[in-house]
Amino acid sequence: MLAIRCRLPINSSRIVSAAGVITRKEQKRHASLTMETLNPLVKEVEYAVRGPIVIRAGEIEKKLKGSHNFPFDRVIRANIGDCHASGNQVPITYIRQFVAGCTYPELMKSSNFPSDIKSRVERLLSVCGGKSLGAYTESQGIITIREDIAAYIQQRDGYPSDPNNIYLCNGASDGIKTIIKLLMNNNLEKPSGIMIPVPQYPLYSATLSEYGAYQIEYYLDEGNNWALNIDELERALNQSKDRCVPRGMVIINPGNPTGQVLSRDNIENVIRFAHKHQLFVVADEVYQENVHLPGSKFFSFKKTLMDLGAPYNQMEMASFHSASKGWHGECGSRGGYYELINIDKDVRVQVNKLISACLCSTAWGQAVMAAIINPPKEGEPSYELYKQERSAVVNRLREKAELVGRLFNSVEGVQCNPVMGAMYAFPRIELPKKAIEHAKSKNMAPDAFYCFQLLEKTGICVVPGSGFKQSPGTHHFRTTILPPVDQMKDMVEKFRTFHLSFLREWK
Amino acid sequence: MANINPRVIKVEYAVRGPIVIRAGEIEKQIKEGQHNFPFDRVIRANIGDCHASGNQVPVTYIRQFLAGCTYPPLIDSSDFPSDIKQKVQRLLSVCGGKSLGSYTESQGLITVREDIAKYIQERDGYPSNPSDIYLCNGASDGIKTVIKLLMNNDPKKPSGIMIPVPQYPLYSATLSEYGAHQIEYYLDEDNNWALNIDELERALNQSKEHCVPRGIVIINPGNPTGQVLSRENIENIVRFAEKHRLFILADEVYQENTYLPGSKFFSFKKVLMDLGAPYNHMEMASFHSASKASKGWHGECGSRGGYYELINIDKDVRMQVNKLISASLCSAAWGQAMMGAIINPPKEGELSYELYKKERSDIVSRLKQKADLVSQLFNSVEGVRCNAVMGAMYAFPRIEIPEKAIQHAKSKNMAPDAFYCFQFLEKTGVCVVPGSGFKQKPGTHHLRTTILPPVDQMKVMVEKFRKFHMEFLREWK
Repeated sequence: MLAIRCRLPINSSRIVSAAGVITRKEQKRHASLTMETLNPLVKEVEYAVRGPIVIRAGEIEKKLKGSHNFPFDRVIRANIGDCHASGNQVPITYIRQFVAGCTYPELMKSSNFPSDIKSRVERLLSVCGGKSLGAYTESQGIITIREDIAAYIQQRDGYPSDPNNIYLCNGASDGIKTIIKLLMNNNLEKPSGIMIPVPQYPLYSATLSEYGAYQIEYYLDEGNNWALNIDELERALNQSKDRCVPRGMVIINPGNPTGQVLSRDNIENVIRFAHKHQLFVVADEVYQENVHLPGSKFFSFKKTLMDLGAPYNQMEMASFHSASKGWHGECGSRGGYYELINIDKDVRVQVNKLISACLCSTAWGQAVMAAIINPPKEGEPSYELYKQERSAVVNRLREKAELVGRLFNSVEGVQCNPVMGAMYAFPRIELPKKAIEHAKSKNMAPDAFYCFQLLEKTGICVVPGSGFKQSPGTHHFRTTILPPVDQMKDMVEKFRTFHLSFLREWK
Repeated sequence: MANINPRVIKVEYAVRGPIVIRAGEIEKQIKEGQHNFPFDRVIRANIGDCHASGNQVPVTYIRQFLAGCTYPPLIDSSDFPSDIKQKVQRLLSVCGGKSLGSYTESQGLITVREDIAKYIQERDGYPSNPSDIYLCNGASDGIKTVIKLLMNNDPKKPSGIMIPVPQYPLYSATLSEYGAHQIEYYLDEDNNWALNIDELERALNQSKEHCVPRGIVIINPGNPTGQVLSRENIENIVRFAEKHRLFILADEVYQENTYLPGSKFFSFKKVLMDLGAPYNHMEMASFHSASKASKGWHGECGSRGGYYELINIDKDVRMQVNKLISASLCSAAWGQAMMGAIINPPKEGELSYELYKKERSDIVSRLKQKADLVSQLFNSVEGVRCNAVMGAMYAFPRIEIPEKAIQHAKSKNMAPDAFYCFQFLEKTGVCVVPGSGFKQKPGTHHLRTTILPPVDQMKVMVEKFRKFHMEFLREWK
């Protein structure tokens, strides 16, 4: 900062301003948004899937482009369930043809353009304003898509589904935030409480932090394939009653990061529990089409609810699905939807009003969802190719699910539950005491320290278990099963080498 | 209803509110055949949706680009324009697995942000950093995120945000949802909806007991009011905001919709920078959208493309923003691609330029024509006064409603102009949004219509309106 001398009797800070030099004091004076005044709830938000370790991986990738000292030449990104990016698959042809046709209908004049996809495009565009995907849609989403989704649900469950209960949203994440918002009471002293699994997908903890809600954590049973034990649910709920008003319960099935596919029995018991305590059920079922282990079958919460009959079949719940997972993996489209089941009609009017202020979700995401939920049928021109592409993706995932669980279990001090569904393995690692102490001295969760070391030494980027929460004293990390088979094998070998040397180093 | 989030109940959004719901019901009945309405179609003039209103078809190069990004085998065809092919390749090269189906960086694809920064730099003459650009699901999504940052979560003395009256009801809806205090400042109808500093001071002073004032929203060009603020007016607002340490939210989604000769758009950022210290260090956010954008000629509302630029934001705060948005992963990749196409149109000499230029000027001249026409026509109706449509896509005529009608409306628990607009809908099939949906000076009544329907339809609409209005005056004399 230059010292400015002036003989004239003028306020010195004005002279400094005039000279274009801003003093630190003046900078503070102007500040309208600092860490002190930032929304305190925003500061509480954490989201490990794109958190510090991923940021570090990005920095390393940058450095790898030039001269560097890393003992590897590429970063293996196994942190996020992104199918196309990870190389698990390329986009499914008919989906992209459909969306391209919706985008630029001229294309469909070509003789190459499959006729079955063309009629699907025409059907969708016929209900769009000005026959264009560029028009705002109804706030709940385009009617033909909601009809197709309702038909899909009906076929899946054997119970009727009404398009008026379907809401298209910008990815399931967006819908989940909307629904949780409905349950908030805005009472600082005794806020709404939502039951969330531990380990959980950190969108839930992030959203509850953002909303100032109370997180009622219930532990999944690692010793029993990550099951939900009713005793544990009761314990968690009871211990929370002083501090919050319990309003809802989140179940992620198939699980993320844990990959379990809940048994029918387990789901029934969870429903009975929720009914007993009058909890709104938030069923995150985005991985419903990612079931790998033979013997694992997906049961939807809605079907189970309905099968149980009264009084359960009158319970209010929401079920979420997404364009990002399954065999289609269109993460970037931000396609997703939720079905509201047994919702009070006046409440539904409020939901419709709330979502109308943001007009509608992305029409392109809706179109992707439309394609996914209504694939080519046998006999149609696009069917063979679709079937082939889909089985290739599904078989690959199945192969890797089985492989990865097995490989991790073959490493000393590592125990991995089978990957029944979803796209992740969540191995548990034993960390030497010395490493745990060292991590704590650096104010890091022990598995975060471990994962950073793994990254720096091998280039493998996974997410520490602490990012998903876990039983105290246990340590995990989450890897996807998306990289191609040979890359996954390579990854586990690198991991094995690293783990053994880590054990030696911190013995 | 007893235990739904009480703030959700307070939310209102008139642009898709009760009258629009009613219009939908009427459309259904007309479709089904048997009906008694004295018209055979509903004219939807309630929402700024260009494609839906029949104002235009999508611009060719934009859709070719997007289709190419969606299904890359297309770009190998000899028909596919080579300049668009290059653009597609550039975009896909920074996507995971070269696919638009991958999650993008949370702030959005880097090449799109680079192009946006360049656009801003060219517009203003000041540098813009891609790291300050955030792609979002339409400007609405970004606006909600930024307002969230200013909330203090203190129910006793909540954060207060200054919003114009009349305003675009996303703001009141968001502030209701967040439990924030709405500091309403009245625009000056007699002075082309200008922002008077005295009025800003009044509004702020009167709010100080009820809230902690944190920010000010300015919509320029205005919605529903259509004014394009003078350079001087913007400078005064900046000084006012600096004096009271308010964060500026500049909703500039209509920056490329200006019509009147003499109406020139000045960006808040440029004015801030031009003013020099201390103003050029003020924190602000500027919003833009794919729904309106670029001379209002593409109107890709359904894409939910949009972005904001954060200017002079504290670096620690910026990290918090990045963290907050990461939990929702990223905005729609197709919307980002759309924004990319819009912000970087074909240049002179490029293959797609001629067609683009033609399509664009068709649409722009139509809008300009209608902007002129509509306010003229409304002003020719007795008891109706309409400010000039300087920019944006709406006319906001003021109507005198007879006392008897006002009383009747109140007896039915309706705002007088809502009652008026419902009558207008039931009798003519024209759907507009009552001024009460945007807030207005007490005792005044307005309605907002878009200027988007085709010219002949707009003429029909205003004639129907004239007839209806005269009858209404007679009926409620």
